[in-house]
Amino acid sequence: MKNPVPHILRQQTLWVSPERCIFWEEENTLILADLHLGKSGHFRKEGIGIPQSIYKADLQRLMAQLYLYKAERLIIAGDFTHSTANKELDLFIKWRKDFSLLHIDLVKGNHDILADSWYSDADIQVSPLKLMAGPFLFLHDLKAEKELTAEEKKMYRFTGHLHPAVTLKGKGRQTLRFPCYYFTPEYAVLPAFSRFTGGYKVQPTKDELVYAIVDDGIMRLP
Amino acid sequence: MPSSTGNKIINDWLETKGFRPFLFQQQTWELISGGQSGLVNAPTGCGKTFSVFLGTLIRYINAHPEDYRHTTNTGLQLLWVTPLRALAKDIGRAMEEVLAELGIPWRLGIRNGDTSVAERARQKKAIPEILLITPESLHLLLAQKGYPSLFRSLSVVAIDEWHELLGSKRGVQVELAVSRLVACTGNKLMLWGISATIGNLEEARKVLLSPLKKNGVTVTASLQKKLEVESIYPDEIEKYPWAGHLGIRLAYKLIPVIQQSRTTLIFINTRGMSETWYQTLLDICPELAGVLALHHGSIDLELRNWIEEQLHTGKLKAVVCTASLDLGVDFRPVETVIQVGSPKGVARFLQRAGRSGHQPDATSKIYFLPTHSLELLEAAALQSAIADKLIESRMPITLCYDVLLQYLNTLAISEGFTSEELYQEVISTFCFQLLTRDEWGQILYFLTAGGKAMHQYDDFRKVEIEDGVFRINSRKIAMRHRMHIGTIVSDAMLKVRFITGGYVGVIEEYFISRLDPGDVFTLAGRNLEFVMIKDMTALVRKSTQKKSIIPSWNGGRMPLSANLGKKLREMLDRMHIPGPKNWPELQALIPLFELQASISHVPAASELLIEQIETKDGFHLFVYPFEGRLVHEAMAAILAWRISRITPITFSFAMNDYGFELLSDQPIPVDDSNVYDLFSPDNLLADIQRSVNSTEMARRKFRDIAVIGGLIFQGMPGEKKKARHLQSSASLLFNVFSEYDAENVLLRQAYQEVLDQQMEEARLRDMLVRIQASTIVIRFPQQLTPFCFPIKVDSMREDLSSERLEDRVRKMQQQLEFGK
Repeated sequence: MKNPVPHILRQQTLWVSPERCIFWEEENTLILADLHLGKSGHFRKEGIGIPQSIYKADLQRLMAQLYLYKAERLIIAGDFTHSTANKELDLFIKWRKDFSLLHIDLVKGNHDILADSWYSDADIQVSPLKLMAGPFLFLHDLKAEKELTAEEKKMYRFTGHLHPAVTLKGKGRQTLRFPCYYFTPEYAVLPAFSRFTGGYKVQPTKDELVYAIVDDGIMRLP
Repeated sequence: MPSSTGNKIINDWLETKGFRPFLFQQQTWELISGGQSGLVNAPTGCGKTFSVFLGTLIRYINAHPEDYRHTTNTGLQLLWVTPLRALAKDIGRAMEEVLAELGIPWRLGIRNGDTSVAERARQKKAIPEILLITPESLHLLLAQKGYPSLFRSLSVVAIDEWHELLGSKRGVQVELAVSRLVACTGNKLMLWGISATIGNLEEARKVLLSPLKKNGVTVTASLQKKLEVESIYPDEIEKYPWAGHLGIRLAYKLIPVIQQSRTTLIFINTRGMSETWYQTLLDICPELAGVLALHHGSIDLELRNWIEEQLHTGKLKAVVCTASLDLGVDFRPVETVIQVGSPKGVARFLQRAGRSGHQPDATSKIYFLPTHSLELLEAAALQSAIADKLIESRMPITLCYDVLLQYLNTLAISEGFTSEELYQEVISTFCFQLLTRDEWGQILYFLTAGGKAMHQYDDFRKVEIEDGVFRINSRKIAMRHRMHIGTIVSDAMLKVRFITGGYVGVIEEYFISRLDPGDVFTLAGRNLEFVMIKDMTALVRKSTQKKSIIPSWNGGRMPLSANLGKKLREMLDRMHIPGPKNWPELQALIPLFELQASISHVPAASELLIEQIETKDGFHLFVYPFEGRLVHEAMAAILAWRISRITPITFSFAMNDYGFELLSDQPIPVDDSNVYDLFSPDNLLADIQRSVNSTEMARRKFRDIAVIGGLIFQGMPGEKKKARHLQSSASLLFNVFSEYDAENVLLRQAYQEVLDQQMEEARLRDMLVRIQASTIVIRFPQQLTPFCFPIKVDSMREDLSSERLEDRVRKMQQQLEFGK
């Protein structure tokens, strides 16, 4: 339960991790979405005293995952940063230097509004709308679907943006809510990597499935 | 009769009007002439306004006997703080009339959220002699540069309806503002509270006068208003109380009442319900169209003003209203008041009854319409409590950090403050008298450094220290803070707008958060389909559906008071005495109680009833302590936790003011062998802290605290511009602080509020002691009982579990709801 669980898709092995990211074994790639780096810093700059340790913890989790899988590539399905530049992002730049061999791909999300120079300084390859890799296509927001070609629509899509969460109901009207991975036959929605994010309730239908992140484990539903 | 110049002038004037002053008014004038402070205790409609107002005039005339009719621009003399905007206009009108007739050239200004920008500017240029203001607007004045000069000439501050403010965060706002005013005026200020009768009047005075470091005097009006209560009965008492239907079926019985009196106020406990009642009354009696109005806090301001005007002139036959018309100056044409549903307390019931028949010798007439049949028991209990003069106390709040943080920000955007000087001022208030230097330091640290941070990578900016003066220099932060000052008024409110654009009104987040997309609810007389919440706005579209959601909670979040609970249990005793009852309400309930007795048991005051019932939902345990919703909520959590030590088990709870329910998917092990231990007062505090529930309760408390303390920026209702990328939910912040900064003062306050207000720990302990001395009766009825029915349909639920999370999820897994 505490370990990642394998999910086979288009002959590829995807390790679905309770740390809110997926390791794609064949390509040695870590996949995630919605890091919202600098969110606490943005709040703090505006006078709202969010404890900064949450940002440090997010970065440390990312580092730990990269070490664990010895990933060579990181694909981010949007909302890598939260808002305009602030000092918290300097810590990321410093951190980036220690991982200089890592290739980072970012599909721009609605929050990714930094100047182009910032991304080039940080050595991040930016794709404005979509990124193709093997049998997969990475987007930030499902809304971008309508701009895809028929060919692209045949590919399996990974998106973020929603911060999906699943609600379980039990007898006696109990309810519980967890962040989750949301897999449909056509596309998947990744959970937000940052812990400083809220959730949007998703309801899987019959041919869909979710991996709920329960405590620190992964639980496949249904 | 003392005969100062001022006194003589006022008395002569009253004589020409044919009025004779009441003794309490004369006493107040005397005290104000002598420079004293204190509290006036008088019911509504007895000239309490004139006690302090005329006293102020007398003192002024005495000080300027020659030129009081000529001197203009004397600066602010009287600051009149009222909790409700609706009050200001009427009080202002009455005062202006007096000033005109006496030929005193004072100007009068009204300052609240509705005051226009132009009027504000005029007031700033030349401050009027009398300013009527709400606590929030007073804080906004303190947020203006140069505010101390406004108050230099101030001689009297009156706090109207102090009983309403006391015990609320707005009361804390008043305490802090008063401490600042006392300092600004060099301690020559007189403070006068005006309060209806409450159980702790002496304490109320002490709290208000605390910054003056004076005792002051309480002046009590010895006027006894006659009160007549009449309950409205269903033709047949239904044995299963129709909770959730809110008594709407009895609406037709109100028509003759409305038709027979000049003007009627119909008090409904929540906005949602008032909408329904308004529609229903119009449906039943179309002739009321045009003379029936709806008045509540979410209604457009212009419309509310118009309604109040119409009330004054007697053009309305009836107004359906909420607490929005609870307080204040009387509408003379109002002859009759109808209370729908439980008023939850004796004081509130009296206050509402007092809205009718204002001539001091007139009789107040109030009708009580129960929303479920058990509330008839409450009607009898209310009357008995009134007869025994059992009025509730209002407990003042202490160490309210969120309001303090907001206040410090307020001062930081205007004149700034220095640590030591302001610390002394703040601890002069009752609320913060026990604030330690250590806590003060933590609060200042949070304002200046934003709590825990990584220095090198941080650009926290809010309050900055320049030469020892704490200031906010950022204009953006200052502006955002100004918009925030009003947020104590209400709970988190959401704007409601059409998905196609167009503003409808505002509504409690509490209500909206319980809706699913597609649900239809009513606001401002319209049926709206809820689409989603986005950026603190509830998006809706028009609905043609006839049926809309009626909130099923009663009386908002006000719990039944302890006094009323005690009286209710006494009423149960009376149900055991055979023969006719001395209240018709009890008489009417006999069939219901007979059914309860035959399938279960009717508890006496010295008994506690527990019912265990199995239904298709699972295993229910109902307990009836009659102690009010909050105590029940806490007790449910503690009981669940204590049971879970016997066996791993998961519960959800529901509660109302009469009792609570534990519901589980397995049998609940409570029987005669363990029940007294389960209700033991031993280890209460430890068990409260251990019951998971306190976290959930604190999470809910934290929502208001986070807004007031400035962690969440809401924007104003109806205002378009959002703070970009600054949206977050209180629940998320609660998680973040719990995990990464557990020592944060606001987080600690949330837990303290849970203990003091939510759990009502003292009352909880009293209840457990009482239960230990009483007989616990456990019954296993084969069907739902009249007592349990209203609880079962209540949907406010909490969870508590001792099972491992993963096991719970496994169990629920089969029940995962699939969409279409």
